[in-house]
Amino acid sequence: MGELRLMKGNEVLAEAAIRCGCDGYFGYPITPQSEVMETLMARQPWNETGMTVLQAESEVASINMVYGAAGSGKKVMTSSSSPGISLMAEGISYIAGAELPCLIINVQRGGPGLGTIQPSQADYFQSVKGGGHGDYKMIVLAPASVQEMNDFVDLGFELAFKYRNPAMILTDGAIGQMMERVELADFKPRWTDEEVKTKSGAWATVGKTTDRERNVVTSLEMDSAKMEANNLRFQQKYKQMEEEDCRYEEIRCDDAEYILVAFGTSSRVCQKSVEIARAKGLKVGLLRPITLFPFPKKAINRLAEKAKGFLSVEMSAGQMIEDIKLAVYEAGKNTRVEHFGRMGGIIPAPGEVVEALEEKFSWEISYGVKRYY
Amino acid sequence: MELKDIIKPENLVYDKSQVQTDTIMHYCPGCSHGVVHKVIAELIGELGIQERTVGIAPVGCAVFAYNYIDVDWQEAAHGRAPAVATGVARLNPDKFVFTYQGDGDLASIGSGEIMHACNRGENILVVFINNGIYGMTGGQMAPTTLDGMVTSTTPFGRNADLNGYPMKITELIAQLPGTSYVTRQAVHNAASVRKCKRAIKKGIQNVLAKKGTSFIEVVSTCNSGWKMTPVAANKWMEDNMFPFYPLGDLKDGVKGEPVSKN
Ligand SMILES: Cc1ncc(C[n+]2csc(CCOP(=O)(O)OP(=O)(O)O)c2C)c(N)n1
Repeated sequence: MGELRLMKGNEVLAEAAIRCGCDGYFGYPITPQSEVMETLMARQPWNETGMTVLQAESEVASINMVYGAAGSGKKVMTSSSSPGISLMAEGISYIAGAELPCLIINVQRGGPGLGTIQPSQADYFQSVKGGGHGDYKMIVLAPASVQEMNDFVDLGFELAFKYRNPAMILTDGAIGQMMERVELADFKPRWTDEEVKTKSGAWATVGKTTDRERNVVTSLEMDSAKMEANNLRFQQKYKQMEEEDCRYEEIRCDDAEYILVAFGTSSRVCQKSVEIARAKGLKVGLLRPITLFPFPKKAINRLAEKAKGFLSVEMSAGQMIEDIKLAVYEAGKNTRVEHFGRMGGIIPAPGEVVEALEEKFSWEISYGVKRYY
Repeated sequence: MELKDIIKPENLVYDKSQVQTDTIMHYCPGCSHGVVHKVIAELIGELGIQERTVGIAPVGCAVFAYNYIDVDWQEAAHGRAPAVATGVARLNPDKFVFTYQGDGDLASIGSGEIMHACNRGENILVVFINNGIYGMTGGQMAPTTLDGMVTSTTPFGRNADLNGYPMKITELIAQLPGTSYVTRQAVHNAASVRKCKRAIKKGIQNVLAKKGTSFIEVVSTCNSGWKMTPVAANKWMEDNMFPFYPLGDLKDGVKGEPVSKN
C-alpha cells in the first residue's frame, strides 16, 4: 500500500506530478486551481527530482512553454481553469498538430466569460470537440475523486506518450477543492537524458547529431496532399484511441431500465440518486464515462438494448447529451435520451436528479414500456 | 578560361557552411533573411555547437528557417517563439536555444512573450529581423513601420494619429535586467555583415556562458513589401531606417545589472 494522506484535489495533482517523474510545469494562476502551482512551488521539486516549475506571464505563454519542452522530448504539464484554457486553445492546436505528448489540466469553473469560480462542466465541448482550430482530438480523462486526480496524472502521461498527443484531465472546482483520503503513488525517477533520447529522440529536439537528419517539430505543411495525409493519420490515431483506450464505469446497470450518464462531480451526485431511485422501486443505474474522448459509445449501445431511457446529468446546458444521442443513433437504436443540468457553478442535488428522471420519463414509468423518439 | 577551369577545389576561397543545407532558399532576391541565416549557420559550425543547438522558427517569411539551417528546430505559433524557447531552454540547460523572429512576430502579436522572456533573463539568443513590414502576408503595417511609410494597410502612409507610432522595441528590451547584450545591426553590405556576425557570435557565447538573454536586432530590407529593387531598398534603408533605428550596441553588460550608461 502506498502512502496515505488527506489532501485537496489540486494539491494531489502537484504531488502526483512530482512522483510520476514529470520534468516541467508551466502555469498561470486562476481560481479554482491555483493550489497546483502553489503546492509545487512550496514543495521545491527542483531540489528533489530536478523538476522545473515556472510561473509564466500568461496562459498563452505557459502552453507554448509546454509546447517547447514537450518538443524536446520531456514530460511536461500545465494546469488552468476555463478562461485560461480558452487562451491555451491556440497552443493546444499546435501541440496536437505537431503530435507532441503533454498533460493539460482544466479545473473547470462556471462561464461563459469571467463567469464564476464555482464548479461547472460546461467546457465539455471545448475539451472533446477540439477547442482550438483544425481537426484534432485530445485524450480527455474525467476524475470523480481525489484518488483519481492522483491516478490520472500518470495515466495521462502514459496515454499522451503512447499516442504522441495532448491529454487533458477535465475536472472542476469541486474536486479540485475537496479533501479526501488518497493513496499516493510511489516515486518514479525522471527520465535521464539518455532515456529521453531512446524514448523521444526519433522526433524530439534532442540535438542533431551528424549521423541523422534534423528533427523538426512543426504543424506546418504547405502541400495540401501531404497535409491531408497528416490529417488522415491523426484520424487513424483517434480511431485507435477509441478501440484501445476507452474507459468507463457502470454502477447497477445490469438490470437498469433507466441509465443516468454523468462524469466527474455530477457522477458522484448520481451515485446517490441511484440509491434514492432504487429505494423508490425505480430500476436506475449509472454509466460514468472516465474518458470523455474516447467516448464510451459501445457501452451506451449495449445499454440501449434494454434501457427505456438515458438521462444525461451535467453541470452544463447539455453538451455530453449530444455524444450519447450520437452513440444511440449510430447503433441504429432510438432509445430516448434526455438531459438534466444545473449551471453557473451550481451542483445538482441527488433528489433533484431523481425528480427530473421521474418527470422526463413519466410516460415510460406510468406505462412500463419503452417510448421512442 | 572556362567556368569549369575556375571552379576547382584549389581555387575555393569561400564555401557554404556545413551547417547550411542544400535546400534552395525561398526568400526573394535581396532579402536579408538569407544572409542572416547564413551567418547563424556559419557560427554554429565555427563554434562546434550543432549537436547542442535548438532553433525556434517564427511565423512570417522565415517560417521555413528549419529547411536551411541543419540543426533541430521547433516551429512556433505567431509571436510565441520566446515562450517555446523558454520551455526548451529551462528543461535543457546544456542546449543553445535561439529564436528567429520578424517584427510582426516579435513586436506585434508576440510583444508580451518577448518582454517577459527577456525580463526573466531566459538563457536564449533572440535574432530579431526588423524590415518594418509584414513580408509574408503581403506588406501590411508592422509596429516598426516608419511614420509616413506606405504599406498595404496604410496606403496613404503611416499616420501616428490613426495608426500609432513606430515602436523602438530594442530600446524597450534594453531596459530589461534579464538581457545581457542588446544590439542593433544590419547586413546590407560586406562590412555590416561582418559586424553583425561578430554581434551574433557574442550573443551565442553569452548564452553558452549562461549570461541571460542576448537580443540582436537586424535592420533589414523587404524589397517586395517595399516595392523596390534590392539596391534601391538598401539605399532607402540607409536614408530612412537607420536614422530612426540607429545601429550599434544598446547594452553590453551582465544579466541583472541596471541598464548600462553607454
Ligand atoms: C495567429 C496568427 N495571426 C496571423 C497570422 C498571419 N501572419 C503570418 S506571417 C504574418 C506577419 C509576419 O511578419 P514579420 O514577423 O514581420 O515577418 P516577415 O514576413 O516580414 O519576415 C502574419 C500576420 C498567423 N500566421 N497567425
